[in-house]
Amino acid sequence: MSSQVDRAGIKLGMWLFLYSEIILFGGLFVLYAAYLHRYPEFFAEGGKELNRVIGAVNTIVLLISSFTVAASITAIQRNAKKQAVGLLLFSLFCGVVFLVNKYFEWGAKIHHDIYPNSETLVAGEPGVNIFFGLYYVITGLHGLHVIIGMALLSVSLIFVLNGKVTASRFSMLDNSGLYWHLVDLIWIFVFPLFYLVL
Amino acid sequence: MENQDKQHVLSFTQLGMVLAILLVLTGVTVGVSYIDMGFFNIPIALAIACTKVTFVLLFFMHLKYEGRVINISFISTVLVLVILIGFTFWDVAYR
Amino acid sequence: MTATQSFYHNSSPPGRTGIMSWLLTHDHKRLGIMYFGAVCFWFVLAMFLGLLLRTELMTQGRTIMGAEAYNATFTLHGVIMIFLFVIPGIPAIFGNFFLPIQLGTDDVFFPRLNLFSWYLFMFGGLFAIISLFVGDGFPDTGWTFYVPFSVQNSANVGLTVTAAFILGMSSMLTGLNFVTTFHRMRDKSMGLMQIPLFTWSLYATAWVQILATPVISITFILILLERFFSIGLFDPDKGGDPLLYQHLFWMYSHPAVYVMILPGMGVISEIIPVFSRKSIFGYKAIVWSSMAIAIAGSLVWAHHMFTSGMSDVSVFVFSLLTYLVAIPSAVKVFSWVSTLYKGSIEMTPPLLLSLIFIYLFSIGGLTGLVLGAAGTNIHVHDTQFVVAHFHFVMFGGTGFAFFAAMHFWWPKMFGVMYRFKPAYIGAVLTGVGFVFHYVPMLILGMQGMPRRYYDYLPQYETGNFLAGFGGYLLIIGMVTMFVNLLLSFKQRIPAPVDPWGGTTLEWTVPSPPPVHNFMNKPHVEDYPYDFTKVTERFQKTGK
Repeated sequence: MSSQVDRAGIKLGMWLFLYSEIILFGGLFVLYAAYLHRYPEFFAEGGKELNRVIGAVNTIVLLISSFTVAASITAIQRNAKKQAVGLLLFSLFCGVVFLVNKYFEWGAKIHHDIYPNSETLVAGEPGVNIFFGLYYVITGLHGLHVIIGMALLSVSLIFVLNGKVTASRFSMLDNSGLYWHLVDLIWIFVFPLFYLVL
Repeated sequence: MENQDKQHVLSFTQLGMVLAILLVLTGVTVGVSYIDMGFFNIPIALAIACTKVTFVLLFFMHLKYEGRVINISFISTVLVLVILIGFTFWDVAYR
Repeated sequence: MTATQSFYHNSSPPGRTGIMSWLLTHDHKRLGIMYFGAVCFWFVLAMFLGLLLRTELMTQGRTIMGAEAYNATFTLHGVIMIFLFVIPGIPAIFGNFFLPIQLGTDDVFFPRLNLFSWYLFMFGGLFAIISLFVGDGFPDTGWTFYVPFSVQNSANVGLTVTAAFILGMSSMLTGLNFVTTFHRMRDKSMGLMQIPLFTWSLYATAWVQILATPVISITFILILLERFFSIGLFDPDKGGDPLLYQHLFWMYSHPAVYVMILPGMGVISEIIPVFSRKSIFGYKAIVWSSMAIAIAGSLVWAHHMFTSGMSDVSVFVFSLLTYLVAIPSAVKVFSWVSTLYKGSIEMTPPLLLSLIFIYLFSIGGLTGLVLGAAGTNIHVHDTQFVVAHFHFVMFGGTGFAFFAAMHFWWPKMFGVMYRFKPAYIGAVLTGVGFVFHYVPMLILGMQGMPRRYYDYLPQYETGNFLAGFGGYLLIIGMVTMFVNLLLSFKQRIPAPVDPWGGTTLEWTVPSPPPVHNFMNKPHVEDYPYDFTKVTERFQKTGK
């Protein structure tokens, strides 16, 4: 009926989708909470084995990329296309840095025979096994979301370049941005819950 | 149509301030984690994480400038999550 | 009405012809019809499987199949009925078709996403079929996929769980579409308290779909991960807790039963006032009770676990909370009955089916209280009583609401009227068959016959035989109903715009509606169930 684009409606749809993502991770946090209650000391022990520096660096990388994505939306609203492209490229770069860090982190853990169903974990304390089980599931699922988020940002980047995303029509970029921030949000909880538990 | 509500544009300075606050809070949470307060470490870490998340939501995700539908539904989602975790503890905590 | 071209003649987006005008359609009405076909296929299949199960149980020992086939059959029956019939049934078919029309708009907010949901639904179904024929056969876990059995089991759990995951996604996206449509596409002159009750019930349902479905998604992902990597999150040997699986599972699956029943209640709330020629009693109470059911329904999941060994505190709290759900449900039943009171009742097949709904749903609800009370639950837990209870709600409730919706909206969807007499006969046979089928199960359960058992002690034989007999009656009734509806295509008695005297917007557009639903701007009444104009019209034209 209306030929106009209902931006608020598209945004509402995106938020509804984000709620479902929040609850998706929520299910895992239910498990985390219940097991933290059961094995507090082993969770602390497991947490000490994770590398805080890499965790903190990844947090900062994601926060900065969130900022650049938000800034790219501001840039596109001000018709500064080049600026927006630059900011988006930088955000994608941050995503890559995050994944590379994650790769080395997982690699080191697997090298030390800490991965699901590894001998060390199966023979060791059950609480530690659960901690690392959750660590792999949650960070794995989160990593998958980082990849999806980067794909969305890349599509938006292409749309910005060929003029499909403009100051008057930027829902695609807006929604990819929201998705990217969600990835950041989840990490903000994952970081203290896994790396900083004492 | 009144659908085309005016867009709120956040300036780079505002966004930069938010980023600065987030980075400071990240430093705080790492720092606090070195102090052993026993049980209180987790609530404090979570409180800081919630503060950070609030900033991201309000400014980066523009929640501060959204209409009632999104605001109410977002709060409801958080409540659902709290119920899912909280009610599980009726079982887990008393077993 | 001069030849207005219906949506069957014009495609959306325009210019597509033949099969492509269906497979690539954005039209919510065509998608509704496409869901209709798919859902009915699954329904008939699962119904047949259910009949096989009850036939097997009619006599002691082996009757027609072995024990393992029996286990796989009841799992398949459950999975298909839940994920491919009851959950998508009313929202995907009638919701897709009528929600935009009742809101006075031309389509849902995300038409392409709607098409995508349909494809997800079909793919989910396809996966379920594939999992039947590859690997070590269909799972025999029951539709709940409880650990540790679902993780250790050699059967094809992985593929089936993936199918359910995809179907969950389809249902979630449909909900997302409905909520957005509700808020952004509603006719500008339609206030919140002018929205038809069916649409309200779909709105409440959609929220449950959005907020509960992801929990089952993650649960199914965890089953897959456990099967591939043996992480041990639910394995006590490795520190896991199998009860947490049950918590996660029911966090979705209990709210899901409200996804199943709420739209059915919405259908009944539409039908009862129309054939009572009387405004619905307690419109606002029904709206609020829909939302209250959606909320309260999310607080009670652990009442499925009273005998699982969870804490006594938890048993107490969840038993108490379960009783809360009875309140809004009862509000609805009382409102329907009060609407009938002193109404000018006109008997039609949809009304008869609605009355059967009220009767059967009330029994389902009351037996639910027996199960919700922790004390009696221990006695009847995992017996045939539970099976009978949820079939009273899901089949006596949602199933009959589905039949009622079919008979109510058939003229609007297809533009043809059906014959009443066979519809009455079918409805009565189905109702009587239903009682014969499930009341013996209630009694068997009280006497202690467990559910999901292949064989039983001699004292249960009479009850099981009766139930099987009722099952055949039930099927004959439903076949009569469906054949009668299908015959309407042959008889081609054209349906008028408003065959029943309805007041909501779908009765102001041609049957079947044109591609953009409304020829002129819809006129929204101050109150959606005001029958003064309808009765005036009937008095003037003498019906």
